[in-house]
Amino acid sequence: MLRKVMLFLAIVCFAVSSMAAYAAEGIPEEKLTAGFVYIGPIGDGGWTYMHDLGRLEMEKAYPKMKTFFAESVPEGPDSARVMETFVRNGAQLVFATSFGYMDFVQEVAKKYPKVKFMHCSGYKRAENVGTYFGRMYQARYLSGLVAGKATKSNIIGYVAANPIPEVIRGINAFALGVRKVNPKAKIKVVWLFSWFDPGKEKEATLALIDSGADVIAMHADSGAAPQAAEEAGVYVIGYNNDMSKYAPTKHLTAPIWNWGTVYKYVAGQVINGTWKSEDIWWGLKEGLVDLAPFGKDVPELVKEMVKVERDAIINGKHVFVGPIKNQKGEIVVKEGTAMTDEEMLGMNWFVEGVEGDIPN
Amino acid sequence: MPRLIIERRFKTPFILSIVFPLLSIVLALLTSSLLLLALNVSPLGALKGMINGALGSWYGISEVLVKAIPLVICGIAVALAFTMKVWNIGAEGQIYLGALASAAAVRYFPVENTFFMLSVMAVMAILAGAFWGGIAGYLKGRWNVNEIITTLMLNYVAIHLVDYFVYGPWRDPSSLGFPMTAPFPDFARLPTFGGTRVHAWIFLALIIVILYRVVIRWTRWGFEIRAIGENQRAALYAGIPYIKNVVLVMAVSGALSALAGMGEIAGLQGRLQHGFSPGYGYTAIIVAWLARLNPWGTVLVSIFMGIIMVGGETLQVIMRLPLASVQVIQGLILLFVLASEFFRNYKVRILSGDGR
Repeated sequence: MLRKVMLFLAIVCFAVSSMAAYAAEGIPEEKLTAGFVYIGPIGDGGWTYMHDLGRLEMEKAYPKMKTFFAESVPEGPDSARVMETFVRNGAQLVFATSFGYMDFVQEVAKKYPKVKFMHCSGYKRAENVGTYFGRMYQARYLSGLVAGKATKSNIIGYVAANPIPEVIRGINAFALGVRKVNPKAKIKVVWLFSWFDPGKEKEATLALIDSGADVIAMHADSGAAPQAAEEAGVYVIGYNNDMSKYAPTKHLTAPIWNWGTVYKYVAGQVINGTWKSEDIWWGLKEGLVDLAPFGKDVPELVKEMVKVERDAIINGKHVFVGPIKNQKGEIVVKEGTAMTDEEMLGMNWFVEGVEGDIPN
Repeated sequence: MPRLIIERRFKTPFILSIVFPLLSIVLALLTSSLLLLALNVSPLGALKGMINGALGSWYGISEVLVKAIPLVICGIAVALAFTMKVWNIGAEGQIYLGALASAAAVRYFPVENTFFMLSVMAVMAILAGAFWGGIAGYLKGRWNVNEIITTLMLNYVAIHLVDYFVYGPWRDPSSLGFPMTAPFPDFARLPTFGGTRVHAWIFLALIIVILYRVVIRWTRWGFEIRAIGENQRAALYAGIPYIKNVVLVMAVSGALSALAGMGEIAGLQGRLQHGFSPGYGYTAIIVAWLARLNPWGTVLVSIFMGIIMVGGETLQVIMRLPLASVQVIQGLILLFVLASEFFRNYKVRILSGDGR
């Protein structure tokens, strides 16, 4: 009898302990510290500024949690030290907010298997490394509808940071939006080969205006392009955040990020102990991307049309659905088929209506 | 009326050349304290955080060394040229070109043996850097083209050349089109020590420091370099060839910086990627200058720069100081140390009465 009781107890103990081990351990809010690696200064008015707003939103949702951040961290070996400094000072969660940190996230993550890493816009994952990004192309497409209706010269300038799939995808989605409402319009692309270079952003904007563009769209980290467009009296579609403060009269709208949605989600998972490595690619539906409020010159009809399209995308409409032609006029996506996520992630060709080259 | 008299020192007492830099660091920290107080941060806490971050752990020390390695190598590279009064501002471009050449070696001549692979990479880097520096050297020697302009401009050419390859033909096909080469295989990576990121180039840096000392002090070539630096015309009359020396010095200078570039990608980065150097080539100029072209001084100053860089990062993270204020503190330290040079070279006396 005694042996049976002992056995029973042993089994119970074993079961309880293994269940405890099974339920991944969460980290209580007051003990959680997260570190953010930023590519630019938090005052850049664009990319990093929006990530920092996301961080603050997360802090508001979890007020007992602590955060670290480091600004203007170059995308090189120095970034590994910044992440390691976070971890050595107690961070259990690290957000690396630019693509170029990818190898270094892997390097540091291997060294600290208990720390969770979230890398923005990359594709390398590991047991303790997840990735996150947004379907910005959805909002880009909507902003294209607005731009297509606003142009008179049918030339739209696009100030573009780096010739990588993320930016190309944005240009293509924008062009699809433009050409849906205005099939005659062309989109001229100028590459900056830099994410943050206000001087170059302004120069490129002025060059596009000189070549006939009467609406400027942009993919860069600062508000220099909208500022230049405002000075030149040309309409502009911002990016990252509502850039109407840089172009009070000429800002039409802007595809924007709401990083707080991801940061709150991830922090919540880590606190509950449900975090696991995953690839987050959210869009309009989850609220990670959206459009900034419209400028005063956007007609009611256009606003109405954008709303209809926005609702359609939220309800599952795909932006990259055939027929889609490339610059040479060849059909790349057949009628009735939609591009897969893999195809979109590796996009390295322009759709019809875009003028410019992709260096390769 | 009392007035200030500034006169040149003929000889600076050794003790002063130690005291002045230290005193200037103290003054810089005191000035920074005002800024920190204005930001509501305890200056002592910040200083402690900075020193702790850089020197408080083996990890911090190892990272200071990681930063110091390229600074020492490039610092010696530019010091060599500066000794001859040839102003090589092109170390940054030479770093990029060296990295480009060693990445080319990995791509086109892969040898599955660490020693041979690294040797091929080093030879390629040396040739490329020597060529790049040599161009500016030849232009200077043959037609007296200002080397400050040519080396500076060649920096942009080199950086864009790297961009051309990483955005174009060398782009890693599996990287979904992102601008970088494929990761280097393990046999193309410099060995690192003790689980840190300190890599083999730390020995290269030491060898270069010693060689520099030996060459400048005790060889005929070193004498020629110093002679030209002291008085170019007199050197010419003494039969020291100018063109040959200026090309050679620039080539060696370029080759050294190129090796530093190889160290960055083979030791740390593991692939060639856009913008891998955070301006080591430019910082090296400050290093050489603060070290007054002295080899051991270069080592000390490089480590000092490493400390303020690594410590500054920690300051930003734990003390939550805005990056700009960290940069102001770093700038103040450099400014004060540079200003102390003035007092090392000049004596300031106050004359009372009518000053006669």
